[in-house]
Amino acid sequence: MNWTVALPEIVLALCGLAILLVGVLRRDNAFTLCSMLTIGAFLIAAVTIIAAPQGAGYHGLYVADAFSGYVKLLILAASALGVIATLDYAGHEALRRFEFPVLMLFSTLGGMVMASAVNLMSLYIGLELLSLAIYVLAAFARDTLRSAEAGLKYFVLGSLASGLLLYGASLVYGFGGTMDFARLAGELGTPVAASPGLIVGMIFVVVGLAFKISIVPFHMWTPDVYEGAPTPVTAFLATAPKVAGLALLLRVLVVPFGHLLADWQQVIVLVSILSMLLGSFAAIAQSNIKRLMAYSSIGHMGYALVGLAAGTPEGVRGSLIYILTYVFMNAGAFACILCMRRQGRALERIADLGGLGRTDPALALAMAIFMFSMAGIPPFAGFWGKYFVFTAAVGAGLWTLAILGVLTSVLGAYYYIRIVKVMYFDEAEPAFDRRPGSLSFAAAVTALFVTFFVVVPAPFVAAAEAAARAICW
Amino acid sequence: MAVGLFHYLVVAALLVTLGIFGIFLNRKNVIVILMSIELILLGANLNLVAFSAALQDLVGQVFVMFSLTVAAAEAAIGLAIVVVYYRNRGSIEVEDVNLMKG
Repeated sequence: MNWTVALPEIVLALCGLAILLVGVLRRDNAFTLCSMLTIGAFLIAAVTIIAAPQGAGYHGLYVADAFSGYVKLLILAASALGVIATLDYAGHEALRRFEFPVLMLFSTLGGMVMASAVNLMSLYIGLELLSLAIYVLAAFARDTLRSAEAGLKYFVLGSLASGLLLYGASLVYGFGGTMDFARLAGELGTPVAASPGLIVGMIFVVVGLAFKISIVPFHMWTPDVYEGAPTPVTAFLATAPKVAGLALLLRVLVVPFGHLLADWQQVIVLVSILSMLLGSFAAIAQSNIKRLMAYSSIGHMGYALVGLAAGTPEGVRGSLIYILTYVFMNAGAFACILCMRRQGRALERIADLGGLGRTDPALALAMAIFMFSMAGIPPFAGFWGKYFVFTAAVGAGLWTLAILGVLTSVLGAYYYIRIVKVMYFDEAEPAFDRRPGSLSFAAAVTALFVTFFVVVPAPFVAAAEAAARAICW
Repeated sequence: MAVGLFHYLVVAALLVTLGIFGIFLNRKNVIVILMSIELILLGANLNLVAFSAALQDLVGQVFVMFSLTVAAAEAAIGLAIVVVYYRNRGSIEVEDVNLMKG
């Protein structure tokens, strides 16, 4: 048995347990120490991913290939940015408990298992590990009603989603005769038409995953949970689980159900269009920036699905590049939102950004870069993500989808650019508190990535290409 | 009449449907929602065991072991969140979960 394929996960799990011990055994508050150790554990895991051998193991339950490597590195980067974002916030809001980074670590571990899952069983375990940790994180500010309510809502709808996914998995197992992705693909490759039970099971699995990445019509929880959860948790929620969920959706639809392309393509096209439309229209009316980011992320998931809808290796590559740019601009935007603080009180209204261009030009510049990038304005990274998914859609003949996508991104540009307008042309509000170093660092790193992606896109595109080739037929 | 795979599938489908309706139609108590979630998971488990027996394949039953464990963890976390919510709100009526409108 080739157990080394899961080496990064084993290392990360052991590190997580060790950090938990450190937190328990230290008499003083070990929050900062545990956060630093968690970031260190992410680095070690990233090195192991690059160094560990590729291949399949655990009787076909688990695989390490170019696809899982790409996704895992992206999840680790997103989670590391998430942990950095908590460093300052937790001190202000009395959340300095060492379980915070440890829960993020275990959630990341779940995401990594999802990226490597090639069996319905490992898929389910990874998804639950990811979700259970996040339910707790969303309700982590346990003395505030909003956080508790966000945790409750996320828990109820998330568990419903995983219940549906489990039911779907049972149907796929029963009518397909196996849980293994490759063997399912073999079963479905024969000329015999897939049984209706199998199709229903596939739909249930897709619905379960769609809940996790908040695609219309399964997005109801997103704005409330984003608004209620502590802001660093929102930042984490908007990045790492989305990467893991999208990656799993890509693998599930392309590997075992690749031969049913005609059956799922219409569904994906439809939900993608609905998500893009909702993301563009519903965000316009928002005055709370966290709710705005929630609708924005619904829209972005719609764009990422455009690539999957194409059903080609180019499309999968496009989705992978899109999610890469999405992670960096979202993490950066949340780092800027976390800087919004006066006299120690966190602010969430868009109007609070008024005149930021004069009171803190650097922060305003970073925020403007992220907003332009999300709106898809060249030369920022967000434009290239959209470019790759839309060319893939056009290549697959999905003209309607591509044209609607471009139109909704123009509409979406309205509310992104409104934020830029508020920052540079509105009446100046009092200045924010001094920026903490950790957030400045996170915002600077992501802003540099988003700005200079255009200069060195080749390695990222090549990595996404290799990842797409690894799962596509 | 012998009880076959079909009967098990119908019972499982009924359990899942009851669970889903329990979540959406229930206007009273959050605990009922937790019970509905458990019902969905058990329906899926029944499906898995029935298929496992019908296919003469043990994998389905192994999966049930995993999903039972996960369901236990999920119930524990769910109850903990409900307790946290009750401390803040003083009520677990579903209609009171309305601070933020989505």
